[in-house]
Amino acid sequence: MISLAHYIVLGAVLFCIAVAGLFINRKNVIVLLMSIELMLLAVNMNFVAFSRFLGDAAGQVFVFFILTVAAAEAAIGLAILVLLFRTRSTINIADIDSMKG
Amino acid sequence: MGLSTSILLTIALAPLAGCLLAGFFGRFIGRVGAHCVTILGVAISCALSFYVLYQLTAGGAPTYNENLYTWFQIGPFNASVGFMVDRLTGMMLVVVSFVSLLVHLYTIGYMDGDPGYKRFFAYISLFTFSMFMLVMSNNFMQLFFGWEAVGLVSYLLIGFWYKKPTAIFANLKAFLVNRVGDFGFLLGIAGVLYFLHTLDYTTAFEAAPSLVGRTLQITAGTQWDASTVVCICLFIGAMGKSAQVPLHVWLPDSMEGPTPISALIHAATMVTAGIFMVARMSPLFELSSTALSFVLVIGATGALFTGLIGIVQNDIKRVVAYSTLSQLGYMTVALGVSMYSGAVFHLMTHAFFKALLFLGAGSVIIAMHHEQDMRYMGGLRKYMPITWITMWIGSLALVAIPFTSGFYSKDAIIEAVGESHRWGAGYAYFCVMAGALVTGLYTFRQMYLTFHGKERFTVVAHHGHGHDSHDDHGHHEPGVLEHAPKESPWVVTVPLVLLAIPSLLVGFFTVGPMLFGGWFGNAIHVEEANNVLAEMAGEFHGAAAMALHGFTQLPFFLVLAAFAICTYIYLFNIALADRIKTALKPLWTVLDRKYWIDNVYFALFAKGGVALGRGFWKAGEATVIDGAMVNGSVGVVHRIAATVRRLQSGYLYHYVFAMILGLILLLGGYWLIGSAPVGQ
Amino acid sequence: MNPQLLQLICFYAFGLVTVAGALSVISMKNTVHAVLSLVLTFFSAACLWMLLEAEFLALALIVVYVGAVMVLFLFVVMMLDIDHEKMREGFVKFLPVGLIVAVVMLVEMLGLIGVRSMQAQVLGANPALAEGMSNTQWLGHALYTKFLLPFEIAALILTVGVVAAVALTLRERSDARHVAPGDQVKVDPRSRIRIVKMDAVRPEPPAVAEEPQS
Repeated sequence: MISLAHYIVLGAVLFCIAVAGLFINRKNVIVLLMSIELMLLAVNMNFVAFSRFLGDAAGQVFVFFILTVAAAEAAIGLAILVLLFRTRSTINIADIDSMKG
Repeated sequence: MGLSTSILLTIALAPLAGCLLAGFFGRFIGRVGAHCVTILGVAISCALSFYVLYQLTAGGAPTYNENLYTWFQIGPFNASVGFMVDRLTGMMLVVVSFVSLLVHLYTIGYMDGDPGYKRFFAYISLFTFSMFMLVMSNNFMQLFFGWEAVGLVSYLLIGFWYKKPTAIFANLKAFLVNRVGDFGFLLGIAGVLYFLHTLDYTTAFEAAPSLVGRTLQITAGTQWDASTVVCICLFIGAMGKSAQVPLHVWLPDSMEGPTPISALIHAATMVTAGIFMVARMSPLFELSSTALSFVLVIGATGALFTGLIGIVQNDIKRVVAYSTLSQLGYMTVALGVSMYSGAVFHLMTHAFFKALLFLGAGSVIIAMHHEQDMRYMGGLRKYMPITWITMWIGSLALVAIPFTSGFYSKDAIIEAVGESHRWGAGYAYFCVMAGALVTGLYTFRQMYLTFHGKERFTVVAHHGHGHDSHDDHGHHEPGVLEHAPKESPWVVTVPLVLLAIPSLLVGFFTVGPMLFGGWFGNAIHVEEANNVLAEMAGEFHGAAAMALHGFTQLPFFLVLAAFAICTYIYLFNIALADRIKTALKPLWTVLDRKYWIDNVYFALFAKGGVALGRGFWKAGEATVIDGAMVNGSVGVVHRIAATVRRLQSGYLYHYVFAMILGLILLLGGYWLIGSAPVGQ
Repeated sequence: MNPQLLQLICFYAFGLVTVAGALSVISMKNTVHAVLSLVLTFFSAACLWMLLEAEFLALALIVVYVGAVMVLFLFVVMMLDIDHEKMREGFVKFLPVGLIVAVVMLVEMLGLIGVRSMQAQVLGANPALAEGMSNTQWLGHALYTKFLLPFEIAALILTVGVVAAVALTLRERSDARHVAPGDQVKVDPRSRIRIVKMDAVRPEPPAVAEEPQS
């Protein structure tokens, strides 16, 4: 008997894995971006679950929009990454520190 | 027919006009123009003052008391310019304007050739204006204005030759010591305002009896009688201005200024402002016999001990300065025994003969080419007969030979002290009596050393650098003159003669009405229990009788003794003077060092002030403010910033970590506080 | 078999794959492998959504996300020349910290959400079916009526995304020539041509070469 709790826990686990991924990886910007996509996936999981259990369509509509925005954001993020690679020839985050104080 | 406002305003403002013209437009009107315009101003005031006094006495005019201009009004507190002119004021106006006019005239001769000639005239006219405002004031605020103004002009004039370091030292000393007195004075005025809720004289004096029984808490737990505190504070102001012990130290040093101002300010007028103030405040002082005893003791101490210092002085002006201190002590003693009219009467006679003595000393100084040391004078009577005779007249008045003005005022004071039952009167009686002997000693010593005996100066014709007669300041040999001394010009000797006349005569004619005839009327208020003059009035049978009676009194004998001693020593056996000095060396040292009061003040207050300032500078400013607060705060900011900037590592994952930490903290916070979770 | 039990087994299976995929995304050495793991994760997530009878979104996830976004990722990864050896340094150093932070966060989130209370809520009837339409219709109903404005704005966001991506990465070819019509039109004839007055000159007829008389 699947309950709401199952999906919520799953969403939480996915989110935490993604968060860990954000700062464990020091070398690869692409993994960073992918962790962000994972976080969005976790959130979407929550939304869909709630929408189903509460019978409200708004949850799924919101997922729709999150998908949209995630796509746009991924596109632009990768464009920036490409630019970064063009100028720096590296995607090692540890080398990208010219904004330090 | 009352006094006219425009006349009174003219009296006050004419010298001011002279001052402004000579001061600001001196360049255009020249020296002659400067002295003409100032003398004209003071002469107008003098003539009008005589007229006002005539109106007040023979003309029967009532007391004039008007507010002329309101400066501001805050609630019940009103500050305005107003005049109160009664007989006390009238007398002061006449004395001040007469002496001022003569000093103005004298200055033409004394300051001839001095580069600051026009400035001097502007200053003495300014002084005259300030003194008028002081004596004509009808409220404490204007009194204080006049008080401060005369103090300022005194500072300017003592340091007139501002390139001389001793003059600058002296004028700063005068100002600072006066400041101490002024502080007490302000406290007194504040007390008047606090208790009587007004600064206007008439209102305050009418409300004065309400002070009886009221107390003031100064130190924790003890209640002080309000009238005593207020009166003592007011008197502290008088102590500063009228050079009473222990605030007397500035007056001998003020001799650094030119002699005309020594005569005008530090003998006849400014120093008497304190005496005038206490006399004016008689309704207040009569409420507190403690305060009056305080006044009495201070005055008596000054009368005797400062006179003693005068005996060992060698500078001719210093002798007269200490004499002034002593005579101010006499006036204060008179105030202390509630003999206010006597004090003011002595003020008037003293103004004449002391100004005469100072101007005469100045005449001698001119003749001696600014040599002031009496040890290098002697035998001058052959060269300067007019100065000689007028100075003898002044000296006789000073030692109170019967029939001179000084006799009437001084002997009246001595008798009043004898009659008084106030606490401290016994001590005061001893002091004023001994003071009579002391006065005789230093006066006759001064006269003999200066005008009689062998000449102790030499005349050597100098073909040196053609300097004029005013360039001494230390680069001539003492006792060596270029040409023989001669009588001073008429602008110098005429004032001497004009002052000698009242020194001889004014006492004889005014003692009756002023002391015993209630001449001052409501200006002076004396309680019945304290009224020694009333007791003395029973024995007064006229001025001539008083003088004849004076020949049989102890003061006259003391003066005779002093005359005998001095004549013997200085005319016949001058070596005895040195032998006495050697024999009494310790006593001589005490007097020569002026009881070490100056040294104590210098070490304690002057050096202490400097040390305090230095301490504040090093510890306070350098360490605390610059070090800890300014540089310290910079350092702290610097260190915080250096630490915080490490957070800006430039690494993306650090920033992300920070964000996640924040998120964790938020979640934890919510969890702990228990924001309602979904479900239930 | 009990359909609910089947559902539960499916849920756990798919869930496990999702989590495993997520873990391998962040721990893979090879970036391409990481991207492919992410694709697997999304697939499993889509299957999970199918279990919830949210078919439209599940398929949208696959089509849009996997089909477009992940492919885009792959493009970029393969385009960039990444040095793999250097990539692995420092991974072990930060693993404990990351692990702790993640665990703490998980505990907090679960504690905050109140898992126990949600266990009571079991999967009930499909609300879409209750209204007599499929999930897609249900979603469409909500989208085109209540959420029309956000829908339009989403379209705008996508447009902006396109423009931004192109604008960021556009490289001008240095040897490309193009016309700037605005500049062409703005030209002042007087700056290009100068008319000089000259007298008309009649040219001499050319000297005729003497034909050799032969």
